[in-house]
Amino acid sequence: MSIPSYQLNHLRELESESIFVLREVAAQFENPVLLFSGGKDSILMVHLAVKAFHPAKIPFVLLHVDTGHNFQETIDYRDALVERIGAKLIVGSVQEAIDKGMVREEKGYNATRNYLQTAVLLDSLEKGKYDAALGGGRRDEEKARAKERFFSHRDEFGQWDPKNQRPELWNLFNGRKHFGEHFRVFPISNWTELDVWQYLALEKVELPNLYFAHQRRVFRRDGILLAESDFIPRRPEEEVFETTVRCRTIGDITCTGVWESEAATLEDIIAEVSMARQTERGGRADDKRSETAMEDRKKQGYF
Amino acid sequence: MTEHTELLRFTTAGSVDDGKSTLIGRLLYDSKSIFEDQYEAISKTSEKRGEEGVNLALLTDGLKAEREQGITIDVAYRYFATPKRKFIIADTPGHIQYTRNMVTGASTANVALILVDARNGVVEQTKRHSFIASLLQIPHLIVCINKMDLVDYSEEVYEQIKDDISGFSHKLDVNDIEFIPMSALVGDNVVDRSENMPWYQGPTLLYTLENVHIGSDNNFIDCRFPVQTVIRPYNDEYHDYRGYAGRIAGGVFKKGDRVTVLPSGFSSTIAKIDTFDGELEQAYPPQSVTLLLEDDIDISRGDMIVRENNQPEVTQDLEVMLCWFNERPLQVRGKYAIMHTTKEARCMIKEVRYRLDINTLHRDEENTEIKMNDIARVVLRTTAPLFVDAYRKNRITGSVILVDEQTNETVAAGMVI
Repeated sequence: MSIPSYQLNHLRELESESIFVLREVAAQFENPVLLFSGGKDSILMVHLAVKAFHPAKIPFVLLHVDTGHNFQETIDYRDALVERIGAKLIVGSVQEAIDKGMVREEKGYNATRNYLQTAVLLDSLEKGKYDAALGGGRRDEEKARAKERFFSHRDEFGQWDPKNQRPELWNLFNGRKHFGEHFRVFPISNWTELDVWQYLALEKVELPNLYFAHQRRVFRRDGILLAESDFIPRRPEEEVFETTVRCRTIGDITCTGVWESEAATLEDIIAEVSMARQTERGGRADDKRSETAMEDRKKQGYF
Repeated sequence: MTEHTELLRFTTAGSVDDGKSTLIGRLLYDSKSIFEDQYEAISKTSEKRGEEGVNLALLTDGLKAEREQGITIDVAYRYFATPKRKFIIADTPGHIQYTRNMVTGASTANVALILVDARNGVVEQTKRHSFIASLLQIPHLIVCINKMDLVDYSEEVYEQIKDDISGFSHKLDVNDIEFIPMSALVGDNVVDRSENMPWYQGPTLLYTLENVHIGSDNNFIDCRFPVQTVIRPYNDEYHDYRGYAGRIAGGVFKKGDRVTVLPSGFSSTIAKIDTFDGELEQAYPPQSVTLLLEDDIDISRGDMIVRENNQPEVTQDLEVMLCWFNERPLQVRGKYAIMHTTKEARCMIKEVRYRLDINTLHRDEENTEIKMNDIARVVLRTTAPLFVDAYRKNRITGSVILVDEQTNETVAAGMVI
């Protein structure tokens, strides 16, 4: 008789940790919401939430902060997913906020609605009286995120105070708060980009086609390939050409770079990510504005 | 490959001068976990600052304030992987006012790296780090004797430091300790074997991290299942479904096991160990599962399912080693919220037995004012019974945090004696 092995592999251990955190959120908060962007990390979050509460439905409403500048594939995927799991979807619209004069749109070639999302997000959280917002942020993404907690406390203005975070020990998560404050919770903090892809492959999770190699009309700006779109004004010298690309991250179309790639399956993607020499956020124009772009946005209440 | 990759969490402690950031930078760089754009960003910053070469330490300095002051002020988490293991590094600053960060990083670690500057040998900080590693019961300690290039790769220096550390580590609760001479700056014995120290026959740091035995780090003997939440689908298909969701904190639970529920004391049998992927025959730490019992018992969050013949202590009186985290000092007879596994209660700090000097390990019974970053042995009385094990036996059922009821801040972490 062999000695039984009680060792989980790293993907199952990460899965178990995330499920634990999701269940803590359901238990500790009254009105939690899951931020859904249509990207692979939020798809993973929904998948984990379904597993955590099976056979019951997930106890979270999904919130999509919609800049209006989307890849159509993202919206189609989102609507199908919501229908399949029987969840409720709330859409916070940046367009509506602009129309109402709540926020003002940037102008110029590099204009993006990325920064406007923060105001709309905070407004949606306040309107829905949500006391916890689950996000798919990962610590390996960016240096300011490397110091983020699983349970991240936000004051009544939705701000993050990196110097005054609660210490987080063992698996004891302190979700206590005053009225009007809320938490951002990051159940997949410890996952890396490669872990996410390996796990999605292992679990055979269906993904939007944008992640796989496809033909697309693109142009080059500051070394990054962007999709041709009515939402992005082009400079005269920026020539559009067609090539085979895929997205490594999916966000607002104006700041999501696409990569030349032939990866057509999850296995191809895993091989590509293992060999990659650029971080996935390397194609995100929103991070390139300054060295502390992410830290500054997070302090104000960004995802 | 992914089917067999294990997860190992380690913590690093050391000050700016020990070359800790350089060591982590070296591990990431030599294991090819640094991306081109990250490397370009730090080489640009190094150049702007007029530094010679690329400063690998910049990779781990996250926040603006830290880069300005050149220090690390919080726990930062880093990731890298080899075909054998995925690693999570809790990178913590080593300065005395950051004991709280060191304790935080150590709480989930399998391995602690202790950095020693070969030129300075064992200093106060070395003792402090080793003590915290033993206090937090990190199962494995690796002493990295760094900057060997600056002492001419001298075997005598290495042996002297090894002797000095062994001299005090036997007073600590440390079972597994390794010593590795290295130079993070040059790369000796971090990922690649050093050609400069032929007298050292042991493994490199990465080899050690990849091979240290972590299969026994969890408690697989004493069955403990703190209930997080109750799953009730309320639909026709699962009409009578009542599942207790949680993460196994200890032991191996099997279908058909006789179990007792605390605090009620009612006994039942495990009818089913359920997951989204189907039923399991058994479940062990750190799996998240849902337990279903044969009998209809009133069970809610904060209750604990255990084996009938192996139960934790059910008590309202706790003796704990407490690390104080908050600027407001500990109030004797003060009341705090206490969190233990999935249970919350209130507690009063009845008495401070002694304050521990973490540099000398002296127990001070006279001066018992407990301030930020102090460690003390205290007596607590809770408003409701907790189901505890000694921290030595189980790091999950043996740990608590205290929360200030006015500010909601986590003010202390405690380990049950």
